[in-house]
Amino acid sequence: MEWESVIGLEVHVSLSTKSKLFSGTASEFGAEPNTQANIFDLALPGTLPVFNEEALKMAVRFGLAIGADIGKHSVFDRKNYFYPDLPKGYQVTQLDFPIVGKGSLTITLEDGTEKVISVTRAHIEENAGKSLHEEFSARSGIDLNRAGEPLLEIVSEPEITNAKEAVAYLKKLHSIVRYLDISDAIMAQGSMRCDVNVSIRPKGETDLGTRTEIKNINSFRFVEKAIKSEIIRQHEVIEDGGEVLQETPRYDANKDITTSMRSKEVENDYRYFPEPDLLPVVIDDSYISAVKAELPELPDAKKERFIEEFSLSTYDAGVLTATREMAEYFEEVTQGCGDAKLAANWVTGDLLALLNKNDIEITESPIQSDRLATLISRIKDSTVSGKIAKTVFETMIDDSAAVDEIIEQKGLKQVTDSGEIGKLVDEVITNNPDQVQQFKDGKEAVLGYLVGQVMKISQGKANPGKVNELLREKIK
Amino acid sequence: MALDKSEVEKIAQLARLHISEADADEVANRITDILALIDQMQSIDTESVEPMAHPLDAVQRLRVDEITESDHRDEFQTLAPETQDGLYLVPKVIE
Repeated sequence: MEWESVIGLEVHVSLSTKSKLFSGTASEFGAEPNTQANIFDLALPGTLPVFNEEALKMAVRFGLAIGADIGKHSVFDRKNYFYPDLPKGYQVTQLDFPIVGKGSLTITLEDGTEKVISVTRAHIEENAGKSLHEEFSARSGIDLNRAGEPLLEIVSEPEITNAKEAVAYLKKLHSIVRYLDISDAIMAQGSMRCDVNVSIRPKGETDLGTRTEIKNINSFRFVEKAIKSEIIRQHEVIEDGGEVLQETPRYDANKDITTSMRSKEVENDYRYFPEPDLLPVVIDDSYISAVKAELPELPDAKKERFIEEFSLSTYDAGVLTATREMAEYFEEVTQGCGDAKLAANWVTGDLLALLNKNDIEITESPIQSDRLATLISRIKDSTVSGKIAKTVFETMIDDSAAVDEIIEQKGLKQVTDSGEIGKLVDEVITNNPDQVQQFKDGKEAVLGYLVGQVMKISQGKANPGKVNELLREKIK
Repeated sequence: MALDKSEVEKIAQLARLHISEADADEVANRITDILALIDQMQSIDTESVEPMAHPLDAVQRLRVDEITESDHRDEFQTLAPETQDGLYLVPKVIE
């Protein structure tokens, strides 16, 4: 029997507000334990929440970016459960009236085709604290710095059919959130994390199979691997005549397998009810249009513009707009050198190779955009050849001197002086009588060899056009 | 709708409340009475009434995103039974 998988993602993004969702406590990553946990965050009696307007605005920005309906009347609810890192005994979230309703985003698959994935909803909620179990023998340590930090939970429709699509969806969300500047979305730091729902069913079946949920995955790679291994696990369960149970299997990144946890616990009942300490949040059309007016250019629009304005290929435009930082870098280089095509070639070529090789982000690039722009300008004004530019580029990685200085110091300036090149050409003609004869006999291809010889003794610095011209002139 | 003892136990477990065997029947009766009142309210025709999220007919006020609290960890931690390295310690919880 042929099977297909159905995947839905719940992504939590922590919003980069200065203060927490309902209190004026700082909300920064990496502070000393519990130094960002005050009376409200600790749930001391008598404290009340006051909603952070920036968190609201960020959620609306996201909603507008994915073309979603914005909840003009959204309501907070309490989700009740007990855990030591949740001091209030409930999490404030939004159940029936979320701030963001149905929207969608477009993902690009590896073969270049596009697919639209619907977003069911996105709602605002507060984060819990962090429990540390390993450090102490009979105790767990609780750090409440994260407690009450604003989160946006983004829920997709189960329209994703394999692990690669799931990663593409997650990367697109990541990109949009970063373009919008509403979150760092650093998965390794937990400011973006993901729960994955997976089920399988016979191909063509319309009913969904029983789904399992893998929680808190914190890297793109693990999302892909966890989904793949969970699909395999479910196939095996069914092939062995078993039944997939609704549960939360654990993904073991070291062994690259998901294992059933056979939870003995009673299914949790969160006993949601409207949060009495908070009133409904009401926004009007003018609020929404004001937020809309402030939206930056988003990845899809930017990609289209790069194709239109700079005549870039769809592929290059996709690579250059995949992250906001990449797009900004490219635009800075283009502006600096005035040649988008060359800028695109260098950024997607040598620069990206350099970044990938060293596994670094473009923001940490050892070659800043203005320096790359200068280098490209030097190719354009014939100070260096394209080939020599690569040598300059290599030098620039470890040498922070100005581009012109490097070219000067290393003596890499292209030679265009006819006299100087002429001497080299004469030398090559003298040393290669056979090839010269062949060329005279009409073997055009030999010229390439001779040009190569001149370039070689000039150490790549001779202007190839000039060499060509002089060779033809002198051999005749 | 009548509630039996096992349902009382489940609710108590979710709310982390201890209800003694002796009290369980009495609690079941009292919750059943409350549910009867709710049933009575449910029977009212509310077709033309807009649902309400809050008894106050008002709208949530918003707070400017500013840091107004400073760090008082040391004072707060004097209230806690056990702390170490800045962490609040609780009996070991692991799932």
